[in-house]
Amino acid sequence: MQLKGKAIKVGDSISTDLICPGRLFHLRNDIKELSKHIFEDLDPALSKKIKHGHFIVAGRNFGLGSSREHAALVLKISGISCILASSFARIFFRNAINNGLPVFECDTRKIKEGDKLSLDLDKGIVRNETRGTRLEIKPLPGVMQDILKEGGLISYIRKFKCLH
Amino acid sequence: MNRTITEKIISAHSREEVSPGSIAIAGVDLFVLQDGTGPLGIRKFEEIGAKKLFKPERTIFFIDHASPSPRQELSNSHAIIRNFCKKTGAILYDVGEGIIHEIVAERYAGPGQIIIGADSHSCTAGALTAFGTGMGSTDLACAMATGETWLKVPETIRVDVSGEFPKGVYPKDLILNLARRIGAEGATYKTLEFHGETIRKMSMSGRLTIANMAVEVGAKAGIFSADSVTRKYLKRQGRGKDFKSLTSDNHAHFEIILMENVSRLIPLVALPHTVDNVRTVSDVRGKKLDQIFIGTCTNGRLEDLEVAAKILKGRRCRKGVRVLVAPASREILLEAEEKGIISILLEAGIVLLPPGCGPCVGVHGGILGDEEVCLSTQNRNFTGRMGNPNAFIYLASPATCAASALTGEITDPREYL
Repeated sequence: MQLKGKAIKVGDSISTDLICPGRLFHLRNDIKELSKHIFEDLDPALSKKIKHGHFIVAGRNFGLGSSREHAALVLKISGISCILASSFARIFFRNAINNGLPVFECDTRKIKEGDKLSLDLDKGIVRNETRGTRLEIKPLPGVMQDILKEGGLISYIRKFKCLH
Repeated sequence: MNRTITEKIISAHSREEVSPGSIAIAGVDLFVLQDGTGPLGIRKFEEIGAKKLFKPERTIFFIDHASPSPRQELSNSHAIIRNFCKKTGAILYDVGEGIIHEIVAERYAGPGQIIIGADSHSCTAGALTAFGTGMGSTDLACAMATGETWLKVPETIRVDVSGEFPKGVYPKDLILNLARRIGAEGATYKTLEFHGETIRKMSMSGRLTIANMAVEVGAKAGIFSADSVTRKYLKRQGRGKDFKSLTSDNHAHFEIILMENVSRLIPLVALPHTVDNVRTVSDVRGKKLDQIFIGTCTNGRLEDLEVAAKILKGRRCRKGVRVLVAPASREILLEAEEKGIISILLEAGIVLLPPGCGPCVGVHGGILGDEEVCLSTQNRNFTGRMGNPNAFIYLASPATCAASALTGEITDPREYL
């Protein structure tokens, strides 16, 4: 699988509250409406920059805090094709893969806003086409690769009926 | 043998012996969801096409986050949960019963269990030697249907705690100190396992506070040994038969051992907007407050209300600061009422909220205004957490919150004990 997109940079410690504010609890059954508020409490202008296929490129501990899966869902429904971060909080990481949203750990420090990136999942590398550099991504555990390949945990379970 | 508590519990629930780093497909003993994550869990469960719950009597929904409902959309969400429970036989704890993690501790959790919850603070059950961990709604939905989940077996960080807590210093200060030391991702993907003389003497209430905040340093679980304190707590809850002794083997492998001595610890405060941004109470002494909140799955238990009452007894909360108190469960509210604690708090001028998450989750009852400052006993102080991204949240123990209620500014509780 190959993904291509422009980088939208965010910083360290982006909580699920910053991705998908808790005060919008009442919109959780309307993911489309909820996704209009993506990153609102981080930077109200950010949602306008997000276009189909873009990569979110983050620093450390992306997705910490609340287990709300809506944070992964609003990223996916906004058209984000992949998230690269120096590190992820574990519940968000699971939620993203469970919804078929690729998330990978790699050294994101040298990626700049707007850089053109391409991710080659089979080779496990990210090419920064703007800067002519290559970055290695940390491979996912086998079970997560399988879930991602099926497009998420629901399709996986529908197909195989169990986790074994 | 040389296994940690985590390795023992996950092995006992899997087809094979596990070790850190391996992926286990494990049976689950208890599945819990709340009103923020439950409706999505129900939708995902229906998407799978599952006809029935694997264990309806161990699948539990809690309406605790927006409880009672402040608006029609949330009332409709609550109705989705009530209907699902009626249809499938899942258990429901409705408005006013209390917070998911507190009720799991009171009525369900026990040594050796695997508990998964669609709530990040599901690690609270580790105080009762259960492997409790937070996941998303989809993970819960699949586990509710199949009875299993997958777990990457975590390495364990052992925390050895010694010394006596000085006056005015509590388990909350200990876990804040740990957050200061190792940072918000210091234990990501790991289990924190707590040992030492201080832990052996620590009440279940204190253990629950510490286990609850394990996730604030990234941990997958925060676990205590099952000992005489565990046995006594379970017996008191009428669940003596749920007890079994469980601890790590003498030669278990720990990734690292951290030593903590509490005897020189002083009251601590986490400053906005991260839990690991910790200072001493004297560093922020005098910071003016608009609201104080005592409650939550971290610090809304009887001992917490007791210490607040001790400080507030016969005194008045400072005019101009709103002091909100929400017991973590109906059982705690009833006990506090019987002991006269509720009257003491009300006479001091607090506002009593129903058992539940209260203002901690920022959806109703106590949302902060722009630029307002709140001191809270909760576990998290991220931007926007209490419903307003332009507000500031400080975290401390119930004693520090109660002392600050008297002055309207951050105050050292040792002055009032």
